[in-house]
Amino acid sequence: MIRVQAMPFDPGGELNVFSASVAGAGAIVSFTGVVRDVAGGLSGMEIEHYPGMTEKALSAIRGEAMQRWDLADALVIHRIGQLEAHESIMMVATASQHRKSAFEAAEFLMDYLKSRAPFWKKEITLDGSDWVDSKAEDEDALSRW
Amino acid sequence: MPSPKAQVVHVLYFAWVRERIGVPREEVQTSAVTVADLVAELRSREERYDLAFADMSALRVALDQELVEFDAPLAGVREVAFFPPMTGG
Repeated sequence: MIRVQAMPFDPGGELNVFSASVAGAGAIVSFTGVVRDVAGGLSGMEIEHYPGMTEKALSAIRGEAMQRWDLADALVIHRIGQLEAHESIMMVATASQHRKSAFEAAEFLMDYLKSRAPFWKKEITLDGSDWVDSKAEDEDALSRW
Repeated sequence: MPSPKAQVVHVLYFAWVRERIGVPREEVQTSAVTVADLVAELRSREERYDLAFADMSALRVALDQELVEFDAPLAGVREVAFFPPMTGG
C-alpha cells in the first residue's frame, strides 16, 4: 500500500496493522524516517511533492520491490506539507518469509524513495529556510540494485 | 526539414526552481523539438528563467510524469516538469 498524506501518522500503530494483515509472514522489517535536529536549531520542515507523479513513482518503486523479492506485502507512507522536529516523515515496511528478502526490499525501497520519488525537503531553522541538497551517495546507492 | 509544429505544453516548476521562476505552473507555446530546446527558449525570455536554468546539472525533468533526459523529444507531450534532484525519505 502507498500513502501520501499531510496528516501525522503513528509508526507503531501502522506497523501493528501491517503485521496483522500479513499473518503468516516469517519476517517483517520496518524503517521510519524522522525530522532530526540540525545545527542552528531546526524549527521544522516543509515537504513539497509533485501530485500525480508522486503516487505513480511510489507505486512503480513498490511494484518493482514486490517483483524482485518474494514479499507478502510492502507499505510506504510519506508525509507532505509542514512538519515539526521529531515528527515522523515517512515509513516503509516489508513482509516476507525470510529476513534477508525483507531487509533487502526495505533498503531498496528507501534507496529509490530518496532519489526517484518527487519529494523536496526544505529545512526551516532560526536563521531562515533552505532546500535540502541531494547527496551524491544517494544516487550512488541505486547502482547496487 | 519541415519546421516543427508549435504546441502548447503545461510547464511545472518545483522547489527552488519554482521559487526562482516565481510561478508553480504556466502554459507555454513552443516549437521546441527537445526539452533542451525548450529550456533554451525559456532562458532567452527573461532573466528569472536564465537564472533558474543556469546550472543544468542541478536540474531534473519529467515529461508526462516520467523522468527523462534533457535530449528527450517533446512531440505529443502535455506536461513538462522541472525540479532539483529529489530528496525524499
